[in-house]
Amino acid sequence: MNESTRAAEVPGPVSVNDLTLRVATVNGSGSQTANNTLLRALFHMGLPVSGKNLFPSNIAGLPTWFTIRVSGDGYVAPKRDVNVLVCLNPASAEDDVRSVPPGSLVVYEETLRCERYRDDVVLVAVPFQKLVKEVCEPVALRKLVVNMIYVGVLTELIGIEVAEVKQALDKAFAHKPKALGLNRDAVRAGIEWVRENVSRVSPFRVERMARDEDLILVDGNTAAAVGCVFAGVTVLAWYPITPSSSVAETVAHLGERYRRDPETGETTLAVVQAEDELAAVGMVIGAAWAGARSMTATSGPGISLMSEFVGLGYFAEIPTVIVNVQRTGPSTGFPTRTQQGDLLSAANLSHGDGRHPCLYPSDPHEAYEFAMAAFDLAEGLQTPVFVLSDLDLGMNLWMTKPFEYPEEPICRGKVLDAEGLAKMEDWGRYKDVDGDGVPYRTLPGGADGVGAYFTRGSGHDAYARYTEKGDDYIATMQRLALKLETAKSRVPEPVLDGPGTAVGLLAFGTSHHAVVEARDHLRDELGIETDYLRLRAFPFTDSVREWIEAHERVYVFEQNHDGQMRRMLTMEFPSLGARLHSVLHYDGLPPDARSVWEPIALDAVPSVKGGA
Amino acid sequence: MAGPKTNRIGLPVTDYRGVSSTLCKGCGHDVISNTLTTALYEMGVEPWRVAKMSGIGCSSKTPAYFLGPAWGFNSVHGRMPSVATGALLANRTLIGLGVSGDGDTASIGIGQFVHMVRRNVPFLYVVENNGVYGLTKGQFSATADEGSRLKDGTVNDFAPIDICTLALELGATFVARAFSADRKQLIEILKAAIAHEGFAVIDVMSPCVTFNNHVGSTRSYDYGRNHEGPIHEFGFVPAWDHPEVGGGGEDTFDVPMPDGGTIRVQRVGRAHDPRDKGAALRLLHEDAESPEYLTGVFYVRAGKPPLPQFLKMVEEPLATLPEARVRPTRETLAEINESYR
Repeated sequence: MNESTRAAEVPGPVSVNDLTLRVATVNGSGSQTANNTLLRALFHMGLPVSGKNLFPSNIAGLPTWFTIRVSGDGYVAPKRDVNVLVCLNPASAEDDVRSVPPGSLVVYEETLRCERYRDDVVLVAVPFQKLVKEVCEPVALRKLVVNMIYVGVLTELIGIEVAEVKQALDKAFAHKPKALGLNRDAVRAGIEWVRENVSRVSPFRVERMARDEDLILVDGNTAAAVGCVFAGVTVLAWYPITPSSSVAETVAHLGERYRRDPETGETTLAVVQAEDELAAVGMVIGAAWAGARSMTATSGPGISLMSEFVGLGYFAEIPTVIVNVQRTGPSTGFPTRTQQGDLLSAANLSHGDGRHPCLYPSDPHEAYEFAMAAFDLAEGLQTPVFVLSDLDLGMNLWMTKPFEYPEEPICRGKVLDAEGLAKMEDWGRYKDVDGDGVPYRTLPGGADGVGAYFTRGSGHDAYARYTEKGDDYIATMQRLALKLETAKSRVPEPVLDGPGTAVGLLAFGTSHHAVVEARDHLRDELGIETDYLRLRAFPFTDSVREWIEAHERVYVFEQNHDGQMRRMLTMEFPSLGARLHSVLHYDGLPPDARSVWEPIALDAVPSVKGGA
Repeated sequence: MAGPKTNRIGLPVTDYRGVSSTLCKGCGHDVISNTLTTALYEMGVEPWRVAKMSGIGCSSKTPAYFLGPAWGFNSVHGRMPSVATGALLANRTLIGLGVSGDGDTASIGIGQFVHMVRRNVPFLYVVENNGVYGLTKGQFSATADEGSRLKDGTVNDFAPIDICTLALELGATFVARAFSADRKQLIEILKAAIAHEGFAVIDVMSPCVTFNNHVGSTRSYDYGRNHEGPIHEFGFVPAWDHPEVGGGGEDTFDVPMPDGGTIRVQRVGRAHDPRDKGAALRLLHEDAESPEYLTGVFYVRAGKPPLPQFLKMVEEPLATLPEARVRPTRETLAEINESYR
């Protein structure tokens, strides 16, 4: 008798469009295409989905998990409890099976004998290895093709529409007809095996939903890269580092496609893979000095290495964009896990005084918009600007609004050509003419002998002359600080929501998604109303201060141990520090709603503890 | 009334000078700054097209002391190569000229130096090599000879890094060595380097009169004068003098440069042919084993595409490209969106 008959022993109601599906495989086994096929098919059924790839710092061999959440309510933060589990990895199978709640659906390779571990879940033992032999003649490809069998099994078990799976496969293998055939056969084999061998309906199912908005499915690194290319980036220098490499690789790829003249072969986008992050940031600062729109992309260790140059960029007033896809630090940390851990270091990077504008996108659409805006901001202020993404945003696929074409022309800021220079009276490279702290710059080679100046990271006066005079230094530092004030009117304002209560929740970046769900839970299940401020930039605008002032108690939710954003807010608004309370999540995984609502509920209503 | 004497593009030599030096009296670096002034003037280089780059150190201060009307960038210690690489990618019309020191190049900056060589960035890289750190008061640098002594008697126990050997092995396309006190040769080398297309490095022994000019030093004026061994006698004939190959007669041979000028070498002494890389390496290896300090143009290679050409960059400066050439179209964005539906 087949193991699947055990399913009948766990009766229960069928849950529709509310499930978390986890596939446990071995790193390097090629399951990514299968997982994305599942995600895309669910997305095309109109279902709110999110996919999180939990992968090791390893090329092949270590366990890896892909988790898809389907939420009819539209939540995209992960959920702790898994309802549907696929076990293909012998190394993690026992732990995986033991981790799911009673009543879950567990699909596993039959030889793993997962029935040994649980009798309170719905077990479906599938002969994956036998099936793959039947559909895939080439032995070398079986390791890859076997993944599509679980796609077929899940399709039939939980009710994914076969037509959407086919379409997702067509997209994935658009240019590989042979592979498409093999993978289609594998999906079909999975579907047929379930039809012939499993009689019971899965306790978790999906059904098509109507979606009234136009959405795309894309990762944040791709989105940021598209933003950079449409911002008109002309020099990219970078050094490979997880999880940011695909920002640079995608910019380079888009550059080859859209910025190289097909006739002359010439490009308007220079891409250099530098020898390290010191060189990467040095190149983009040199390029920006010479008038390019320049950028680099990196992650924590790279940020540390870029420190000295960022100080030069600040002091010599050279604009550039640094996309920091944050990962778990300090040191090497968890290179393949997420964190909002570089908030303080990015905003204050380098020795001496200096603060740098930072943008905090929370989804790919914002990653696109902020990456683009960062160039105008950097050139407008003549200073380095950070886009602080993270691994969760950067490397996972998200539903997001399609990218909108910029309606405003590119703004290069206060750049003087020969004509503009002629009109200026007594021009000085570092002279504040407009009272906003931002001087006028000329570009090397641009004005036939006029407007040349000497750039240096050492002391300089308003005319870019070397100085060691205290008064000159003070004037420069005060003007640089004024630029940060000016930045407040140019960075994205926070997004506010809430009925106007005394309890405030403040978050930013990818922490947003857990907060959305947590606020609903706090209100609907625990009767706690909250106001919400989603911060989108540093320096903090006046509206941030006003909002904190309007709340007795503000919970600052962020993904790090030290409460870095709370510290930054306290430094900027010292008198409001006592109102700010940290709610922290920092295990390297994207936060779920419970990480937000539970500490707040315990704090607000201590009696909640037992019942939560 | 005759105006001031001008060069071939009508500029007086004052346009090639900078602010007064703040280095020690007698510093080799000042001789190099003055020689650069002369070489750039005589070559008729347009000052406003020059990006003078440097890192940090005594040598790195010198770009302020010549070619005042040019653009200057005194950047970060050891990181001039990356800044220059970015600048020259951003604007192919710029003429890249950098001054660095032995600490800035061979110690803190060796990582960026070797990669700049590898990439063949179009750049004239002058190393003012005195074997010590000046601004921090006389510590050994990585080019100091093994066994050489500081003023206080401290002996250097480590073998030196030879910049020319390193550059040559990494594929540099113009490699030369000079001695700041031999201005006659230095000016010819500088002119040839200006005529070069691609990366050119000139390692110039430039004595530090304050910290490394004593008996026991191998970077002193006396040591240089007593040990300099030219690998050839040559003159640079500029393009506008229309040098014909072999025009110098049987006693010379010519090494044509990409700008139309030529290096005309006398057939006397070693008469090293700078196109011969094997001979150049042999000379440098010989030099390392002997107290002699060889100078001249060790190697020249034409035809290797400099980085911007290699990347097929547009010829115009990137700064002034119109928006239509740097921002893809609305249709392109629609196409990108479609691919993620």
